Amino acid sequence: MAKRLMMGNEAIGEGAIQAGCRFYAGYPITPQNELTAYMAKRMPEVNGVFIQSESELAAISMLYGASLVGARTMTSSSSPGISLMQEGISYMAGAELPCVIANIQRGGPGLGNISGAQGDYFQATRGGGHGDYRTLVLAPHSVQEMFHLTREAFDLADRYRSPVIILGDGVLGQMMEPMEIQPPKASLAKGGDPESRIQDPAKKDWILDGCQGREPRSIKSLILGENSLEKHNERLAEKYKEMEKEIRYEAVEIEDAQAILVAFGTSARICKEAMHRARKEGLKVGLIRPITLFPFPKEIILENAPRIKGYLTVEMNLGQMVEDVRLAVSGRCPVHFYGRPAGGFPEVEIIIEKIKEILG
Amino acid sequence: MREEIVIAGFGGQGIMFAGTLLAQGAMEEDLQVTFFPSYGAEMRGGTANCNLIISDEEIGSPVVINSSAALMLNQPSLDKFEKRMKGKGLLIINSSLVDREVERKDLEIIKIPATEMAERLGNVKVANMIALGAYLKKSRIISLESVIKSLPKVLGERKRDLLEVNQKALREGGGLIK
Repeated sequence: MAKRLMMGNEAIGEGAIQAGCRFYAGYPITPQNELTAYMAKRMPEVNGVFIQSESELAAISMLYGASLVGARTMTSSSSPGISLMQEGISYMAGAELPCVIANIQRGGPGLGNISGAQGDYFQATRGGGHGDYRTLVLAPHSVQEMFHLTREAFDLADRYRSPVIILGDGVLGQMMEPMEIQPPKASLAKGGDPESRIQDPAKKDWILDGCQGREPRSIKSLILGENSLEKHNERLAEKYKEMEKEIRYEAVEIEDAQAILVAFGTSARICKEAMHRARKEGLKVGLIRPITLFPFPKEIILENAPRIKGYLTVEMNLGQMVEDVRLAVSGRCPVHFYGRPAGGFPEVEIIIEKIKEILG
Repeated sequence: MREEIVIAGFGGQGIMFAGTLLAQGAMEEDLQVTFFPSYGAEMRGGTANCNLIISDEEIGSPVVINSSAALMLNQPSLDKFEKRMKGKGLLIINSSLVDREVERKDLEIIKIPATEMAERLGNVKVANMIALGAYLKKSRIISLESVIKSLPKVLGERKRDLLEVNQKALREGGGLIK
């Protein structure tokens, strides 16, 4: 397979097209504009729909409509724009409508700046909008992963009838590196080949496609009957529990490690470099890179806790994922944190220093 | 092997093009490479820059803090990036648009009248290729031929008519280095 040079934002777009996404609505914002532009160019070529909406709330609401008639749908934005979409994301979670939302994070709070950051971890992994819901969250760390995780995100969204968030950042969105457009592999989701679903959305047995010859269906998030909302929420909770089957992570050189780094996305790239350099100095350090941020890969983190001297969580924020690491570890070993907020980058030298401190 | 490069100049000088071309060439030589542009807040006519990392090992952050090489196509770029270079770094300067001397004493400096040479080739916009050609010959990070081979792909069909002048500029730039 020939390699090609591709920008992260565009790799997400191509992954979506290959997954059969034929409806994209979005509103421009740096640093994800190349994704919106890519969809504007590609959608007409595949007989899909591209809409530059009048606002972010309009974009997510358009996804609600397109998703309930069976389309594979996507929107993308960056942090402030994702905040504006939270009403629609909550509604889609409530109505159990699949969609894929790419958040190419920038610095916050407020309009912040346009530099890459990881300040939206809490928002992404705790639901983000109102109500007792979660969304699947995938965190790519390379252009290659931006392509194939996006492609898989559509299968996961359909499987769980849930919004799926791709949590990238400005660095991953803007950078170019070599990648391969691999042919679609077998679908992650049970229930068949995603290609057949692309051809025939009617294979989704819950969509609103005209009820001639069958009982009418309804899709809504307003559930007023006595006790029925509580039951609905409990069923959603079961679904979130079931999502734990999808947990994935990358573990690098953890077998003999005495200190383990935990990082995702751009921070994980920096940690890999730090880890390789530290290994050359003879330091026994490994890396766990969560790829699903929700559900969080807590088992692997718990398993290794009793035998190591400590974890070091590295993030481009002031400490968000570190709370999930601490929950997973449950006090079985020390959990340290090193973070740079809103446009700062963790430094390899400082990571190595901190590893040395942990190893004593 | 690891090289961290900053290419900078005015918007319109082909800074992103030169960076993309170098990245494509590195990929053709099966090296690891990342390209990271300055984005968003830049204006037309303002300054533009891009970061490249070329390595035989997996690359972490694509953002260059201290560069081991710099191609500075105008003076504001030199003002900004000279102090951020690593010691013994290779600094290529477009002397057509830079009036001052370099302050650092610990750098390897090559001055090239790239804009004037490009004008003589009939297209002022290929000053970037002259600087890149010189850089490639001097650094030997990848071969000039790999970059020339990558040109058609990066230029695309629409700009096929500019292929020849870009090739010529790369070779002229390379020819300045003995």
